[in-house]
Amino acid sequence: MLVSVLNGLAIGFLLFILAVGLSIVFGMMDVLNLAHGALFLGGAYLGAALSGSWGGFLAALGIAAVGGLLAGALLSLMTGPLRRRSHLDQALLTLGVAFVVAELLIIAFGDDPLSAAAPPALDGSVTVFGAVYPAYRLVLIGVGAVLAVAVYLVVERTRVGALVRATVADRDMVATLGIDNRLVTTAVFAVGSLLATTAGVLGGPIYGARPGLDATVLILALVVVVIGGLGSVRGALVGALIIGQVDTLGRMLLPELASFVLFAALALVLVLRPQGLFGGPAAVGAR
Amino acid sequence: MTAVEAPAVPGGAAAVTPRAPRGRAWLGAVAVVAVLAAVPLFLAPFATTTLTRILVFALFAVSLDLLVGVTGLPSLGHAAYFGAGAYAAGWVSIHVTAEAPVPLLVGAAVGAVAAALTGWITVRSAGVFFLMLTLAIGEVVQQLGNAWDSVTGGANGLTGIPSVRVAGAPLANAGFTYWYVLAVFLLGFALVWLVARSPFGAALRGIRDNEPRMRAIGYPTSLYKYAVFVLAGGVAGLAGSLLAAQARFVALPDMGFVTAAFALLAVVIGGAGSLWGACLGAALVIVVRDALGPSLGGHGTLLLGAVFVLVVYVLPRGAAGIRLRRRRSS
Repeated sequence: MLVSVLNGLAIGFLLFILAVGLSIVFGMMDVLNLAHGALFLGGAYLGAALSGSWGGFLAALGIAAVGGLLAGALLSLMTGPLRRRSHLDQALLTLGVAFVVAELLIIAFGDDPLSAAAPPALDGSVTVFGAVYPAYRLVLIGVGAVLAVAVYLVVERTRVGALVRATVADRDMVATLGIDNRLVTTAVFAVGSLLATTAGVLGGPIYGARPGLDATVLILALVVVVIGGLGSVRGALVGALIIGQVDTLGRMLLPELASFVLFAALALVLVLRPQGLFGGPAAVGAR
Repeated sequence: MTAVEAPAVPGGAAAVTPRAPRGRAWLGAVAVVAVLAAVPLFLAPFATTTLTRILVFALFAVSLDLLVGVTGLPSLGHAAYFGAGAYAAGWVSIHVTAEAPVPLLVGAAVGAVAAALTGWITVRSAGVFFLMLTLAIGEVVQQLGNAWDSVTGGANGLTGIPSVRVAGAPLANAGFTYWYVLAVFLLGFALVWLVARSPFGAALRGIRDNEPRMRAIGYPTSLYKYAVFVLAGGVAGLAGSLLAAQARFVALPDMGFVTAAFALLAVVIGGAGSLWGACLGAALVIVVRDALGPSLGGHGTLLLGAVFVLVVYVLPRGAAGIRLRRRRSS
């Protein structure tokens, strides 16, 4: 039971790192970035290719961070001209990018699933309250929690965060105040993508890297975002922790029906609160 | 191929641009059908098989266009119903009978039922939210296909589907299979075309263009969206039963995200709302994936991804039929 809860926490924090970028980018720019899963996969392949040593692990994190920043900035530039068109065009564009990126990754790393080993010192297990548990996952929970708190504090407590929240709430009003919101949105897009690739490296020892993983994690992230409410950091955190627990418990208790447990959670939240747990009324689609 | 744009195609673009004279449109449609019917007499079996696949995928794309182009509901999970229909038709062919109308009816019914079971949650939303929810639900349905391996064969796919039998005789060669698929395709296309032209279709376009107004007039818009979602699921299931008849093999990717995305690409390339356009888009997708793909080392997806990006920038008219209301109109 304790192991399951810890697993849920590890997956939950990983999902938060993945989903928060997706959520804020959507909240700010109305861009549903369907390439988000492909960015995660890029990080996962990088982590798997360089895994086995601390140097490799840290190098993968570094490359993934730089690559994520660049990719996010590029995606922001690409979707910029489509702002005047429908949201769907932006979704289609990022979907095309997702296919191209995923296919290039397969060309670079091959069709076969790769597994990533945790860095040497974290490869073993430790005993937590009498339960044997992989050390890497425990550290992941810690790192995830620190990252979550950091993102939360930056967005909720700093001037930069206030600017981001203001842009989520009313982009045009922020522009009227003389702030270049293109710069803000590009920066957020870049940081969101950085978080996606970082989550890929961090998640490598859990998920590995394989073709199709991009779609799987994209859907998990979308479910998190829909449950939590769009554009809300708190929502992404709570949604990710819920989905982490629901997914692990579902896999343990009803392995055959795990995805339905996930679907049931999504359906339940949407029936009770169509805007998500922490979404404002404005976040409800075109209703 | 003048007939391609000539028919009075229902949809946003056609409502604005002047239509071709009716007589010429009908003549063009008849000519296209005649050419399509004569094709296996002239083409090699491989080309005939490719054309059969195009027809299967085209019917699937047309069913999706009913949602995307006519009603303004962009779905990324529509392959779930295509796959459900394919599995059902294949299963019935193996275990019960492969006699002609049975796999078709079962495929269509299962596609519609699957859409009815999942659609109630998606039609509450619109626009990009609809996209997200259909994506998530499509993935869940695919997971069901994976988990229920006693029926679907799991990761190995459903193999050993017998040829469809018409009046007791199995369709032995590629040409007969082609004619069977063509006949069902025309039936399905006609059904969708009639629905799109009906008063019901007009109401759907009204919902696409301005849902709050339609609700204010007194239309139960959610019910309309639910109805068209189930109908589109049924036609997708029908297309799926054609897949089972043509490939005689159904696998999990057939009901997955990539298949759904390619169908959406086909619709968007053709110009959402134009049923003929969706068929042309489907032809392009199948040619790139199945005919060109192998010579690109199996990386047809790379090319299609690039096509996706290009279409959005270069062919905005192709996507013109999709009008999502801006959330921030103020």
